Amino acid sequence: MFSRDNWKEIFETIQKNKLRTFLTGFSVALGIFIFVTLFGMGNGLNNTFMKFFGSDATNIFRIYPSQTTLPYGGYKAKRRIEFYNEDVEEIVKEFGPLIQYISPRISRGASVSYKNKSDNYGTEGVGPSMQFAEKTIMMKGRYLNANDIRDRTKFAVIGRMVEKDIFEGTDALGEYIDISGSAFKVIGVFQDDGGDNEERTIFIPYTTRQLIEGNNNKLDQIVLGFNQAIGYNGAMKFDKKLNAFLRNKKTINPDDPRGVRIQNVAENLKENQQVASVLKIIISGIAFAVIISGVLGISNIMVFVIKERTKEIGIRKALGATPKMITGTILLESVFITTIFGFVGLILGIVVLNFINGKSLEEDYFITNPEINSGTAIFVTILLIVCGALAAFIPARKAARIKPIVALRDE
Amino acid sequence: MGSNSLHVLKGIDFSVEEGELVAIMGSSGSGKSTLLNILGMLDELDEGTYDLDGVPIKDLNETKAANYRNKFLGFVFQSFNLINYKSAMENVALPLYYQRVGRKERQEKALKYLEQVGLKEWAGHLPSELSGGQKQRVAIARALAAEPKVLLADEPTGALDSKTSYEVMDLIQKINDAGNTILIVTHEPDIADMCKRIVHLKDGVILEDKKVNQVRAAQYV
Ligand SMILES: Nc1ncnc2c1ncn2[C@@H]1O[C@H](COP(=O)(O)OP(=O)(O)OP(=O)(O)O)[C@@H](O)[C@H]1O
Ligand SMILES: [Mg+2]
Repeated sequence: MFSRDNWKEIFETIQKNKLRTFLTGFSVALGIFIFVTLFGMGNGLNNTFMKFFGSDATNIFRIYPSQTTLPYGGYKAKRRIEFYNEDVEEIVKEFGPLIQYISPRISRGASVSYKNKSDNYGTEGVGPSMQFAEKTIMMKGRYLNANDIRDRTKFAVIGRMVEKDIFEGTDALGEYIDISGSAFKVIGVFQDDGGDNEERTIFIPYTTRQLIEGNNNKLDQIVLGFNQAIGYNGAMKFDKKLNAFLRNKKTINPDDPRGVRIQNVAENLKENQQVASVLKIIISGIAFAVIISGVLGISNIMVFVIKERTKEIGIRKALGATPKMITGTILLESVFITTIFGFVGLILGIVVLNFINGKSLEEDYFITNPEINSGTAIFVTILLIVCGALAAFIPARKAARIKPIVALRDE
Repeated sequence: MGSNSLHVLKGIDFSVEEGELVAIMGSSGSGKSTLLNILGMLDELDEGTYDLDGVPIKDLNETKAANYRNKFLGFVFQSFNLINYKSAMENVALPLYYQRVGRKERQEKALKYLEQVGLKEWAGHLPSELSGGQKQRVAIARALAAEPKVLLADEPTGALDSKTSYEVMDLIQKINDAGNTILIVTHEPDIADMCKRIVHLKDGVILEDKKVNQVRAAQYV
């Protein structure tokens, strides 16, 4: 069955029926190609999702004050709640063992310039602990420390993109930049996995920001990292207790949907993972549908091809071919074609995935590192080859069994 | 196919000895091709018996049937039945492929038989590039190439001019001289006269079965 002569006969048949070979091969290659690219894109989407929600620490509460909507304790509704420096100290005093780190945060947009280059960036007045919450990675210099907070230093830690934009490749360390009219010394440059936008941020001591804004002690937000040992359930309990503590302290109606809000990343994380897994299921479903339609397409073509060859099969039988020889040859032929074209589709798909991989894809279409693991790709290719072979085998066996005279009559 | 059956042959009782050269004649639709197809194991009989080389041919398994078709029987079809994507030589070599003859030998033999039917120069051409007569000669060469003990030819000279017809008959007579058994369907009396026995069919029965004095085709070539 696998003799050289047999292969020669098969190659000849393939060569002399180029259109037929092409049609079959094309549908196989296309099926695999679409599967690989689609699956890869899906994975890329998932990667973006995980990266977007996974780049900051996962044990974080972000605590925001806002306007009340209900009157309470002698206060009218629509009262603006404010956080102050001492609130942070009291939270630590109350919940100390549950807290890994805590940092105030005051966000302001600012026009930043160095020499004659200037641009607008977000500045964050923060404490030293913010480095853990944001998972900031120092490239050079240092982050803000406790002395900076105490002494209200005019020091700035700038993102990689800020350095790239306004320093144009020269070293920013030790240089002075102008942030909305005040000169700050650059003491560090950082990078962040969260992408370019997070690297367009400037961190300064929150006390310095308060000094600039009329020596007040107001805070925008408090970022708190809870002790991971308390687990998911512990975090949920802590969330509730902290909420009640703050409402009591600020005299806010416990039933007020606003007033104070705690955004719990642990909770988000769980939701995000659910969304991600739904995304995965949808992608797998689509990919599966593509494979099914690919298999159907191949089967269709095979049935057509063999129908077209009925007369030829009759001639071959009249000349002394056994049904086994006929089905064997057709089977080898189709396996050969599907294998070659299947791998062509596979390679093309992988090439395309690698080719389109890039920053613009990531930023415009939210697709990061589109990829397919080689196991899945090869499994699907083999699946298609097996299905192609089966799709050829069944009608071929049927055709090889009919009487030669009946096959010969076929036009 | 089996749903409405048609009685084509109605009581054919005859036997052919080894080495005979039989012409089957009869009007169109009388069942000549049907008979030949059954003898060539391309079709199956519904009733009666057919013994080939002492073996009853009925419900034979496919591998055995293929073996008979391949080694024992050579068939020339009324409508040629060449494989359209194979060259003349490849068509002629095909039965040898199923006899598991090596590639080189196959090609040599195919060329030899194409030469005998006068088509050596056309060996590389596709059937679509050949005339009707040329196709018929390729079909004859293909049947001969397998060197079958029994050659069945359905109007082998039907598409040929008289000169080529005689050349083909000369070839057939020579093969018969070598001891092969041959049955030919023909409408032409002069072709029938070149055989050793003529069987006349009419509406599926034998009208006449007579031995004749063979006219040698060589004298006309
Ligand atoms: N596939 C078929 N289905 C039904 N009837 C058929 C079929 N083939 C042939 N017949 C019938 O069988 C009868 C004999 O046909 P056959 O082909 O044997 O004739 P023939 O003697 O070879 O004629 P010709 O000289 O025209 O070739 C005809 O009446 C024809 O109608
Ligand atoms: Mg006929």
